[in-house]
Amino acid sequence: MLNYDLVVVGGGPAGMAAALQAKEEGVEKIVILERAETLGGILEQCIHTGFGLHYFGEELSGPEYAGRFIAEVEKTDIDVYTDTMVLDVSKENVVTAVNNKDGLIQIKAIAVVLAMGCRERPRGALSIAGSRPAGVMTAGTAQKYVNIDGYMPGKKVVILGSGDIGLIMARRMTLEGAEVKVVCELMPYSGGLKRNIVQCLDDFGIPLRLSCTVIATHGKERLEGVTIANVDEKLKPIPGTEQYIECDTLLLSVGLIPENELSNGVGIELDRVTGGPVVDEYRETLHKGIFACGNVLQVHDLVDYVTEESKIAGKGAANYIFGKKQGGTFINTKGINGVRYIVPQRVNIENEEDVKLYFRVGQVYKGAKVVVECDGNILSSKKKVMLAPGEMENVKITPEMLKNMNENSEITVRIEE
Amino acid sequence: MKYDVAVIGAGVVGSLITRELSKYNIKVALLERANDCAMGATKANSAIVHAGFDAKPGSLKAKLNVRGVELMKVACEELNVPLKNIGAFVVAFSEEEIPHLQELLERGKENGVPGLEIVYRDELVKREPNIGDTAVAALWAPTSSIVCPYELTIAGLENAVTNGAEFLRNCEVKAIKQNNDSFTLETTLGEIEAGIVINAAGVHSGKVAEMIGDTSIEIKPRRGDYYLLDKSQGALAFSTIFQCPTKMGKGVLVSPTVDGNLIVGPSAIEHDDGDNVETTAEGLETVYTSAIKSIPAVSLRNAITSFSGNRAHCTADDFIIGSSEKNKNFINVAGIESPGLSSAPAIAEMVTGIVTELLGDVEKKSAFNPLRPAPVRFREMTSTQRAKLVEKNKAYGRIICRCETITEGEIIDAIHAPAGARDVDGVKRRTRAGMGRCQGGFCGSKVVEILARELNVPVNTITKFGGKSDIMYDKTK
Repeated sequence: MLNYDLVVVGGGPAGMAAALQAKEEGVEKIVILERAETLGGILEQCIHTGFGLHYFGEELSGPEYAGRFIAEVEKTDIDVYTDTMVLDVSKENVVTAVNNKDGLIQIKAIAVVLAMGCRERPRGALSIAGSRPAGVMTAGTAQKYVNIDGYMPGKKVVILGSGDIGLIMARRMTLEGAEVKVVCELMPYSGGLKRNIVQCLDDFGIPLRLSCTVIATHGKERLEGVTIANVDEKLKPIPGTEQYIECDTLLLSVGLIPENELSNGVGIELDRVTGGPVVDEYRETLHKGIFACGNVLQVHDLVDYVTEESKIAGKGAANYIFGKKQGGTFINTKGINGVRYIVPQRVNIENEEDVKLYFRVGQVYKGAKVVVECDGNILSSKKKVMLAPGEMENVKITPEMLKNMNENSEITVRIEE
Repeated sequence: MKYDVAVIGAGVVGSLITRELSKYNIKVALLERANDCAMGATKANSAIVHAGFDAKPGSLKAKLNVRGVELMKVACEELNVPLKNIGAFVVAFSEEEIPHLQELLERGKENGVPGLEIVYRDELVKREPNIGDTAVAALWAPTSSIVCPYELTIAGLENAVTNGAEFLRNCEVKAIKQNNDSFTLETTLGEIEAGIVINAAGVHSGKVAEMIGDTSIEIKPRRGDYYLLDKSQGALAFSTIFQCPTKMGKGVLVSPTVDGNLIVGPSAIEHDDGDNVETTAEGLETVYTSAIKSIPAVSLRNAITSFSGNRAHCTADDFIIGSSEKNKNFINVAGIESPGLSSAPAIAEMVTGIVTELLGDVEKKSAFNPLRPAPVRFREMTSTQRAKLVEKNKAYGRIICRCETITEGEIIDAIHAPAGARDVDGVKRRTRAGMGRCQGGFCGSKVVEILARELNVPVNTITKFGGKSDIMYDKTK
């Protein structure tokens, strides 16, 4: 059995930032376990730009953004195992992994950072009727075929779901010579970033149909077409609006699911809305010494926020390893009136630093106010030009605000129109 | 190419017949039009080894089902295929349905099914706590089991090939010429000569029989839609939960699978095209609304896939097994719908009996080996076993499918096994890579790479399931 102070599960942007921050805080023995052949995570296949605007103040591609962190990791004595899959994390913080060089590896850790990221929701979860031919895949799988493997997975494309990966792939497939016929979005608004709708669809004349879905796939061997239809307010297809579209590829960009199989194995409590662990302001889960950050905790739109969040988790893990800041009085945060969830779900009121509460809204709001309240006191109220489900927001809680709270307090964030 | 026996169709029936025939000193070929075995009804059914109370007493279905249950145990042991004897309930949802249970009980007794009893709500709830509120009583069938139908088929075929049978894939029979004492099959792989032909072509058995002028088989394909739910839902039922059967079949069941998922289905829709396996919104809706009557906690939020299969329902309403009236050396094995899987080992036994009688003086192979070694199943091993395995062969240290914990070594084994995998779905059925909750989103492209490398072909020639089911086209610009 190996011994480390900190084991980081996942070497994407979240895992690397957490490991680097812990190193900076003085943690000695750190190891990152990564299932892919290289560090970088999903950024390695995101060859478009738009990364780093907030964190570095410049526009980078995915591999460039990851590259900066990989270079930092290489400058340190952080150990890295690539091509290594973590099979289990025990309640005693023993991490079991396997690879084809070292075989089965068992590591006893003081602290663990979970940074496994997320996966795409597959077709099966959607109950689309019809045949099950080749040519139906998630947008991320198509992205890997095109950007990593260098092969085109199709020529005539329909995209279901306007999540960011779907939008990015609409542009990517077009640039590679495919014809993207339409992007269908079940909801009356897009789940993607505004800038991606403009730069990936509008600029290429690709139509986005809102309140519209794919109701059937056709073709026995390779996909030959799909039937799309408009949906009503209950998201049910409206009879008579069916339309057949000839295509050989259906890309799905219909949501991301945090990959919490390992967390479930430890018995860590998950938030039903985010699909990620319930955490405090240092991203510590309800299992002592296990932290979570990045898309395994909540699905982010921007990697810059992943980095920010993961540094907090890295610092939290370091504090834990050094035995600092144990205990305290934790209170809950709660999203109400249009706020779907808040991360972190709990805050230590003895905390002496600013805490950012990240949240998402459930629908599009224009000119609405974000109101933060605790025990009947309005802590802040800020008008926003635009709030959309596709854009993560945050509000700040200061140590001064926390000082006035007690163990029965609850911080709520709500939208007022 | 000349064979003593040509079996047409590599479903569970064709494959087990081929295995049974491989016990003899004769030259046997199994002809399959698809790129793999188990590509028809075999890969899309309820995966139940029925106790045998449902079929009409005296029918072939009744006889072969009960015999099949006995032989299934032996076959699964020899072939190292998991068979779980979890029992089944047929549930009555009103007092009016109870006489129906009685009738099934009587029929079962007549068919020789052991251990049948009727239990009432209190007992039923104790054993199936998630059962619906309207369930009043149930017939308990302790000998009902679950098995993975394609795993059984793959294992049977693998064993047949090990014992000398030949598997010819992408070999569609287009026409059959009758010679004096043999047949010439015109196939997509060229002409094949055979002394005896066994027609195990499933939904197409009528069409194949017509090739020798036998028009006695009328197949009316009956499509069934299914949902498969995540493993987290596998414990919603402890046994197979049936509803009272109707004239269209055994109705919608809810059952755990051998791999720990929950299967829900099927619908029953008669149509003309046996190759059409498109699910419909209505079919899936029927499945769901029926299933929640049995187990209200079934939720489509946990569905990982939906699919459909065609039952080879035949108008004669019983299995048709025997020499054709047109030619005694042409043996029809048709109309094999439920309980076809359950009966398959018994059908193989019966058909082999007919063949050996036709051949007369035929010797058993002394070297026949009934055992098919169990494939490596990394996911089921302890840490110590895993450590040892990886030390021996590093390929078992690389996890390719993270949802199901499938290693590169297992995938390589599946490709190089006798009658091994040639496409992504073939790897999936043999190893479970891509069968978990992400449905191959993560491992799909890696499986393509491994297939291309092991088969030494370009990656863009690897298909999902043969034919034109291409995954990648040209290189990017």
